[in-house]
Amino acid sequence: MPAYADVEVGQALPEQTFVLTRHSLVLYVGASGDDNVIHWNERAAKSVGLPDVIAHGMLTMAEAARVVTDWAVDPGRVEEYGVRFSRPVVVPDDDAGATLVVAGSVEEKLEGGRVRVSLTASVGEQKVLSRASAVVRLDA
Amino acid sequence: MPIDQSYVGRAYPASTTYEVGREHVRAFADALGDPNPLYRDRDAARAAGHPDVVAPPTFLTVLTNRFGGEGPVADPGLGLDYSLVVHGEQRFALHRPVHVGDVLSCVVSISGVRDIGRNESLTLLTEVTDADGAAVATMTTVLVSRGTAAPKPTPEA
Repeated sequence: MPAYADVEVGQALPEQTFVLTRHSLVLYVGASGDDNVIHWNERAAKSVGLPDVIAHGMLTMAEAARVVTDWAVDPGRVEEYGVRFSRPVVVPDDDAGATLVVAGSVEEKLEGGRVRVSLTASVGEQKVLSRASAVVRLDA
Repeated sequence: MPIDQSYVGRAYPASTTYEVGREHVRAFADALGDPNPLYRDRDAARAAGHPDVVAPPTFLTVLTNRFGGEGPVADPGLGLDYSLVVHGEQRFALHRPVHVGDVLSCVVSISGVRDIGRNESLTLLTEVTDADGAAVATMTTVLVSRGTAAPKPTPEA
């Protein structure tokens, strides 16, 4: 875990890439209990105007958090985490799926050894999350 | 049809408690492809100062799905058409980490309904407490109901 004293505003967290396939969505349906048809049924997704099946926003949010939890090492140090879902992540029925790229940087040093990290999450050229940030408590 | 504004402030306590299961936390981490040992290994979690295995930061979303059928989204009186709903925003304030074995209670309340152009947004707060009644987390969920805002009077030319 990085020490609070050593962390600087603007410092980048290691960028990560996550591949979301139909298999990922099936696993997340089971694990989360969110079985909304738009996450597994192409016919249902298209009937409500989506281009194809889309990933759960909460799955995208969970994967993006890994940039923070891997950096902090202890995921129990995350005290706040919030995102806006700006665009759906479309997951085609192929082996490539959608590739989510998540980057983070230290936005602010707070009281009590805490830092605010801001995150960006993109698929191709499109931002899929906005206003994504987390507060993490580090060791002194 | 617009969401019924008179429902703001209404609270929906879950009918039962929710126990955080060891295999469920592991399955949730597996679904994310996240190999973090603190999601699986009690000894690793204890070495990091936790009483037991830790749940991922967004794990409490399972409460939303577990109790969704008795919450505001399923309340016919509220007038929300779930087929028109998209998830707009989600926030977690984790007052302490969630651990395997926690027995949680939750209450969902409707904190606001407002128009955003032709859409409406519905803000839900979920307060999660443990067996001692201590605060564990507050979840804020903003749902967007597409195209359901009441028509506005046309401004005079």
